[in-house]
This record gives sequence, structure tokens and C-alpha cells, in this order.
Amino acid sequence: MSQRVLVTGMGAVTPLGVGARTLYDRWVDGQIGIVDGLGRCSEFVPADGLSKKDLRRTDRFTQLATVAADEAIAQATASGPLPRPDRVGCIVGTGAGGAMTVDDQRDRTAPDAPATASKRFSPLTVPKMMSNAAAGFIAIRHGFRGPAFAVASACATATDAIGVAMHFIRAGVIDVAVTGGSESSLMPFSISSFAAMEVTSATGISRPFDVRRDGFVLSEGAGIMVLESETSAVARRATVLGEILGYGASADAYHLVAPDPSGAGAALALECALDDAHLTPAEIDYVNAHGTATLLNDRAETLALKTALGQDAYEIPVSSTKSSIGHLLGAAGAVEAIATLQALTARIAPPTLNHEQAEDGLDLDYVPLRAKPLGRRPGRPAIGLSNSFGFGGHNSVLCLGAAS
Amino acid sequence: MPTAVTSSQIEETIFQTLAELGPELEDISRDATLEALDIDSLDLVEIAQVVEEEFGVRMTTDDVALIRTVGDAIDLLYERVLQQS
Repeated sequence: MSQRVLVTGMGAVTPLGVGARTLYDRWVDGQIGIVDGLGRCSEFVPADGLSKKDLRRTDRFTQLATVAADEAIAQATASGPLPRPDRVGCIVGTGAGGAMTVDDQRDRTAPDAPATASKRFSPLTVPKMMSNAAAGFIAIRHGFRGPAFAVASACATATDAIGVAMHFIRAGVIDVAVTGGSESSLMPFSISSFAAMEVTSATGISRPFDVRRDGFVLSEGAGIMVLESETSAVARRATVLGEILGYGASADAYHLVAPDPSGAGAALALECALDDAHLTPAEIDYVNAHGTATLLNDRAETLALKTALGQDAYEIPVSSTKSSIGHLLGAAGAVEAIATLQALTARIAPPTLNHEQAEDGLDLDYVPLRAKPLGRRPGRPAIGLSNSFGFGGHNSVLCLGAAS
Repeated sequence: MPTAVTSSQIEETIFQTLAELGPELEDISRDATLEALDIDSLDLVEIAQVVEEEFGVRMTTDDVALIRTVGDAIDLLYERVLQQS
């Protein structure tokens, strides 16, 4: 019998502020963390959590992940330390890794770069830019000696990281996982590259599922969960925040960036997640959509939900965190799973903000503008799904449950 | 022709560079060991880069093995500067 995988810690740094609780409370309250068309973590002060030496040696994506991890680990260890550091893994993904570090050093190879000083390459370039930097840094910082690595599947990254961590715990490889994702690439190089694909919003307004939607808003941030085997959590008397009930993943096998318009790949991932959790659509209380606000995603995702959930799709509240904080790319799945678990615990679905005008065929309950209670199955711990889909055709879905 | 580099100039540069790398200025002295200041091989590469730019002398990985304290680094570099002139 495989282990149940419980959530015992959560941490987030997002455009809404620092802290998992801040993320959820401000989203439910209808606040938007997007300024001038970008979702910067403007309340994040790296020096609050990291020493001068740590700051020099880390890219911003690692700094965001480290502060989120510190929050999650502090929560998980409030009842006492983790007794077996060799059985704690760090599985932390990113889309682009230390993109800003690369961008900064890139200028030094330009033919017209000024002499000497600026042509000097830092010996910290590689350790700052590598995609596994956050996973490695968190392991070093906390002395966790289990498997540590990054996962990459573009915007599905963090969901896949959490899914992999869940399987590592179920399989008994580790007892505890520090897992999630981080992203920070809000520089001209990255902004222009996404704009060239015509996937980012020209208006700078994130309007998931609205007929006026014009793409996603580029954001930064990190989300980290501490997952723990039931045996370990019970032995430590840890406070249980919820449970990872299942994980499903698939590939569209269709196109490098465009989603399969039928939503077949996404539907397959949803069905796999439900199967893995041994649940039926009738038992789902809430869906946290990928909901990027691109023309294609929101249509394909709606079709996928109808395919996988059948008639239940019309009764389940579906909302998009991206309406409040934009798209955190490789961090999105973790931040959204953290928001989902809090929604399930509070039994309140946060709203899809900016959603005012429906589109033909986009006819699910997207929880427009105002939060609403989750009332499908009163008296039982609420259960939800969190979707993430990435360029490359990656579809990943987590099934989460409130603590019983 | 630049004026001759003095040992105290090297000391000032090394102290400043170390302070940028992490240690607090008040903890930095000639007698402080690199270990106590938490200065590792990656830091030493950065120090070597600064020194090469400022004084035109190279510090290699072989040299690094000989350096235990901040004073060792200053003395070694001053020796190199003298050899060069």
C-alpha cells in the first residue's frame, strides 16, 4: 500500500506579496498584482531573507524560491525538526532558470562592449544560471540530503515537480519533499521574446475566459510546498494542511506551442489525475484553471474540462489565479496549487477577475469578479483540480484535497 | 608610467573586495583566515580577477593553496608586484 502524501508546509512569493496566506487573502479580496502590464514581486525584499553572500551567489529565481521554501519549511517544522535529512528531497522546477544572469553576462561578449572590466565573466555565472540552482541552494541551506533536482516543462513545470515529488514519496524513496517552482525573467529580452509569439497581452490586462482576452501577463514569483508521507507527518505530529490525492500528465503531441484545439491532451491529463486519485467528476468541488487568457488556451481548456468532467463541468466553479497575478510560468503550477488548497480549506472559490463578457462556447461557471462559496458537497473535505499546460504540449493536473 | 604599488594599496583593495563578497568589514584583518571569513574557491577567483585588473598580476589556483590568511594573500600579491617591476 503506497503512502498518502500530505501537505505540511506552503510558501509563496507572488505579485500580490510575500506569503501563501497573502496570496490567497488578496486574491479572494479581488486585488490585482499586475502593474503596467507586468506581474513583479514588488513587495519582495531579497535582503530580508538572504545574506549578502547568498544574494551575490544566486539569481533572482533562486532568491524567490529560497524565501518561499523558508516559509514552507518553517510551517512544516513548527511541530519539530525533520528527523531524517537524508530522506528529504528538493524537487524545484523552473522554466528559464537564471535567465537574468545569462542576460547580464551576454552583454559582455558583445563586440562593442567596453574594455576589460565589463568583459570579465563572473565565476558565479554558471552556478547562478543553472536550472537546478534553486533546488541545490535550498538543499544546501537546510542540509537536506535526499534527491535534489529541477523539473522543466515550461508553464507546467511546477505542477510536474509536485507530481514527481508525490510519486517519490508514494514509492518510499523519500519521506519529505520540498517542491514547487520559481521563475524570474522580467527583462526586455524575455518580454520581447514572448511578445514576438503574440501570446502576451497588449493591453496588459489579464482577462481569462472573457471574450476580450488578448493574452497573458508575464509575471515572476515562486511557490513551494512541503509534501510529507502520512507516516512521517503523523510521527512528527505535524499540522496537516491538505493532501495531494493524485497527479495526471500527458503530452498533446500536436504542436510546439499551440494547444490541441480539441483539448484532447488536457482532457487526458485530467482523466489521469482523477484515476490516480480514485475519484469521479461528481466528487470535484473546484477547478483552478490554467486560464492564461490566450485565445487558444481558454477555449481548449474549456473543451477539455467538458470532455473529462462531463455534465459536472457545468456545476463546478472554475477560476483562474492568473486574473489576479498573471502568468508565473515555471512557478505558476505551485502558486496555483497553494491557492487551490487554501480555497478548498476555506471552502471559498476565489474569482476570475476582469471576467465581464462571455464568449460563445465558454459557458462554464468561471466565478466572475466575486468569490463564491464551494457548496457542492457540504460536510466533506473539499476536493479540487489544478491545471497547468506548457509550451511543448505538456499537460499536468494535480488533484488536491482539504485536510479532513 | 604609474607610480609604484604599495603593500597598503593592495591591502585596501583586498579588504574592500572581501567586504563585497560577504564578510563584514570589521571582521576583516590581516590575521583573519579565509576559512573564518567563509571565503571559498569561487570567491578567490573573483578576488584574482579584481587584483589582475587593478595591479596587473595573476593569482593562480596553485597560489590559492598557499593562502591561509588575508595577510598571506596580500604578501603574495605584493611579492608578485615587486617581481614584475
